[in-house]
Amino acid sequence: MTIRVNGTEVSPPDDARVSLLDLLREHLHLTGTKKGCDQGACGACTVLLDGNRVLSCLTLAAQAEGSDVRTIEGLAGEGDDLHMLQQAFVEYDGLQCGYCTPGQICSAIAMADELRRGDPSYVTRDIAASPPPVTRAEIRERMSGNLCRCGAHNGIVEAIEHMLRETAA
Amino acid sequence: MRTFEYIRAADRADAVARARRGARFLGGGTNIVDLLRQNVEQASELVDVSRLDGAIRQSDGGGLLIDASVRNAALAAHPLVRRRYPVLSRALLAGASAQIRNMATVGGNILQRTRCMYFYDVEGARCNKRQPGTGCDALDGFNRYHAILGASDQCVATHPSDMCVALAMLDALIHLSGPDGKRSIRLTDFHVLPNASPHIETVLKPGELITGVELPPPSDAVTHSEYRKVRDRSSYAFALISVAGGLALTDGRVTEARIALGGVAARPWRAARAEAALIGVAPTEEAFLAAIREELADAQPLSGNAFKIVLVERTVVALLAALAGAHQ
Repeated sequence: MTIRVNGTEVSPPDDARVSLLDLLREHLHLTGTKKGCDQGACGACTVLLDGNRVLSCLTLAAQAEGSDVRTIEGLAGEGDDLHMLQQAFVEYDGLQCGYCTPGQICSAIAMADELRRGDPSYVTRDIAASPPPVTRAEIRERMSGNLCRCGAHNGIVEAIEHMLRETAA
Repeated sequence: MRTFEYIRAADRADAVARARRGARFLGGGTNIVDLLRQNVEQASELVDVSRLDGAIRQSDGGGLLIDASVRNAALAAHPLVRRRYPVLSRALLAGASAQIRNMATVGGNILQRTRCMYFYDVEGARCNKRQPGTGCDALDGFNRYHAILGASDQCVATHPSDMCVALAMLDALIHLSGPDGKRSIRLTDFHVLPNASPHIETVLKPGELITGVELPPPSDAVTHSEYRKVRDRSSYAFALISVAGGLALTDGRVTEARIALGGVAARPWRAARAEAALIGVAPTEEAFLAAIREELADAQPLSGNAFKIVLVERTVVALLAALAGAHQ
């Protein structure tokens, strides 16, 4: 079985210890996905696995066999166009150093799908109600798995709000 | 990290047979991958059970059957859980981050290991849980996160799961499959206190696999239940303490109370003494406080966590008062 990374079939590593993160960065040289803590505490390595956001540092590459992986490199269309959320991060100053940005963007794209699906969060007052309200408090809670040490959170939330507005229509 | 083989279980029998020969089960990997990388644990073979049946369905008796490989995120978002067992949804959503909840399985969540920093510090700390007989550096160390109930002089670690606190409150049954067949056990009997052997954390026998969790039909107190977690930052942090609570009232008196505590012991702590003290009383803050104080009568704080006693008291009172208020 192979792993499909941004539409390209790749072979899993021979060594079962290799994480999905190291497969992406060291074997495939897709260095957009970042290694922060390498122990599931920062979210910098977030990628989309069959459309769901996961931490690639705690995923063994072998676990992704037969699955579809999307990274920051696979979000934009052909040519020089950015994904809508990448563009919004530029416009709303959603970054300073940029190290957490690929993880933030992958995470937020999946978060938008979760909102559309009506999934609740810890701060959703009525947990049985669907869909939950889209408030800043909801966005901040749902994005809490992605740390930003520069403190660009306000811009990050504004960029995400922009994407949610643009795609709500 | 030492080398290991990765194998996807063909079915439950295959997983059990492999584990009987020494393989370790792999669910979402959010804990064991880190433990292997830090050399806290070692494995020669990981048998991936996360692709086995992953269904959520109603049981014949009107309860809920949850397969062990259901992901935490899927369980929290399931309409039946949100409507009938709101405390379970809230507890799941209080845990970790969205990414980790997408990965973590129900079985793995139950079997996750303590987050005691001395347990993880292979090079620098003594730990009876990691290496029996070496000592415990948490006893005189940084023990802000550690136990106040049921600990021993060998180990004061806590169980880190939020989900398990809700499951304890819900009288959940854990279904097991092993070399000697199937059996079921209450979640509150599944984890064991450290006593003299803190490296033994559950009643699992060699090769036994958690295959599912069964919730009884929701009682009145379960329908009116909530989960509150107190932590050092408001999201993506382990609990200092947490409370799963449910309350049923008739004619201004408590007819059923359910309370379970997290972050206080090596297992999710069902507060049976407090529950019993509340039956038949009027739902006042004074009554709630008196009840939880009975539960905490045996609490033994460490050098850095005496605040947990007051924190548990206040959180239980606040949660039960909110539930009582919602009944009005």
